[in-house]
Amino acid sequence: MRLRAIAGVMLRQFYVMRANPVRVLPLISWVAIDIVLWGFITRYLDAVTGSRIHFVASLLGAVLLWDFFTRIMQGVTTAFLEDVWSRNFLNLFATPLAISEYVAGLVATSILASLAGLAVMLALAIAVFGLSFFSLGIALVPFLLALFLFGIALGVFASAVVLRFGPASEWMVWPLPALLCPFAGVFYPLATLPAWMQAIARALPPSYVFEDMRAILAGRTFASGPLLAGLALAVLEIVLCGGFFVRVYRYAVRTGLLARYSAESAS
Amino acid sequence: MSAEVREARELAPAVLRVSELSKRYASLIAVDRVSFAVRRGEIVGLLGPNGAGKTTIIDMLLGVLAPSSGRIDVAGFNLARQRAAALERTNFAAVYAALPGNLTVAQNLRVFGLLYGVRGLTARVAALIAEFDLQSLRDRRCGVLSSGEQTRVALAKALVNRPELLLLDEPTASLDPSAAQVARAHVQAYARAGRCGVLWTSHNMHEVEEVCDRVLFLSRGRILLEGDPKTVPREHGAPTLEELFIRLAREPLDPRDPR
Repeated sequence: MRLRAIAGVMLRQFYVMRANPVRVLPLISWVAIDIVLWGFITRYLDAVTGSRIHFVASLLGAVLLWDFFTRIMQGVTTAFLEDVWSRNFLNLFATPLAISEYVAGLVATSILASLAGLAVMLALAIAVFGLSFFSLGIALVPFLLALFLFGIALGVFASAVVLRFGPASEWMVWPLPALLCPFAGVFYPLATLPAWMQAIARALPPSYVFEDMRAILAGRTFASGPLLAGLALAVLEIVLCGGFFVRVYRYAVRTGLLARYSAESAS
Repeated sequence: MSAEVREARELAPAVLRVSELSKRYASLIAVDRVSFAVRRGEIVGLLGPNGAGKTTIIDMLLGVLAPSSGRIDVAGFNLARQRAAALERTNFAAVYAALPGNLTVAQNLRVFGLLYGVRGLTARVAALIAEFDLQSLRDRRCGVLSSGEQTRVALAKALVNRPELLLLDEPTASLDPSAAQVARAHVQAYARAGRCGVLWTSHNMHEVEEVCDRVLFLSRGRILLEGDPKTVPREHGAPTLEELFIRLAREPLDPRDPR
């Protein structure tokens, strides 16, 4: 991979964000709203339940981690959509840019953008609501890694869907995290779900993260095996989603969709 | 053109070699076994009515549309197998491929310079901004520029990697005569210096006569005839290039016709 080409993809996104605060604001505003909302909800729940369950750590921690995953996914998708909105595919893919370089540029952009959101989330959750991640210990690292990898996989998948079905399919990909949320057991143990939903949950790396998070916060020893399985699953899903993107790209090159990309040409 | 210059161009190596290129969509044959070459320093006009297959050929040369069959070589690199090497040596400008409107002129040139792997990019961008008289526009967003200004930026971007093959799809279509003349002069100067071969599509036959060394007439995906734009009309019994174009567009010649 050529680093200069990846830098080119990232630089374009940087210029766009720097020029327009409207693009920077969503990186921090929605996560801040979530943290404030759930921070007060959990504080209230702690007060009325007599703190038998520590809601700030479990619920607010879950919200923070889920928002981190959502930011990563949307970071990749938004960077891709910039090229859709500006009808830039012909200019872009007529350069020597390889698909792997393009996707690497989108992912790197998403990482940088998401770190800004993560910093705001952590600052608010720790400073205002007293959330401490020290109780999770070193497990926080693989938790974030699994969510990060799955966020990339889902972002690449969403980009492939928009490439295949046209700009109008954008509305289908924004709600993807909300669609997966009930299956991932973000706020409740997987055992709460019916069997068919648990089967789907097992294919989602976040479900392993949130099960382990609850185990740690409940004072139980958590088994590292399932979390490692979740990590491996996330890596596998990145490979599968990357392959899906390449397949869609080749279809678009073969059929002429890429050369004349628009809502009208996609079908 | 003097005989010496013509001979030198004919002996120049081909920067583009297209062999038996075809594109089929289900039952529609958009491009049908087209073969031609473009030499270094040569400007070749690709002419034909709307829907003849010109843009389909350009898209295949840019690697954004896969041929159904045939072969494309750019500066000796096979586009299908050595895509990056071939596209590093190619660039294009087209009236339907505006640069991102939310980036400034300088930002667009810098981003595309990186994508094409240009060395010494800062100096290259500065040189292009000076060459295309873009100093006063360098920090303006491309989306707010006039058509003529956007075309100058698109041509600057098309030369950012000093291409050996330059593809221009109706580059002056939206320009006033003065701006079109300036655009033509830039491309001619670059090509005549022997830096690249140019494939140029246009519906302006006066422009084609002025700029092109050779023209290829395309109709229904096939090359019907080729020749010098100054002599080919007479060779086929037409008073002007425009008359020949109209005749070919309405009554395509049989390509097996020996005349």
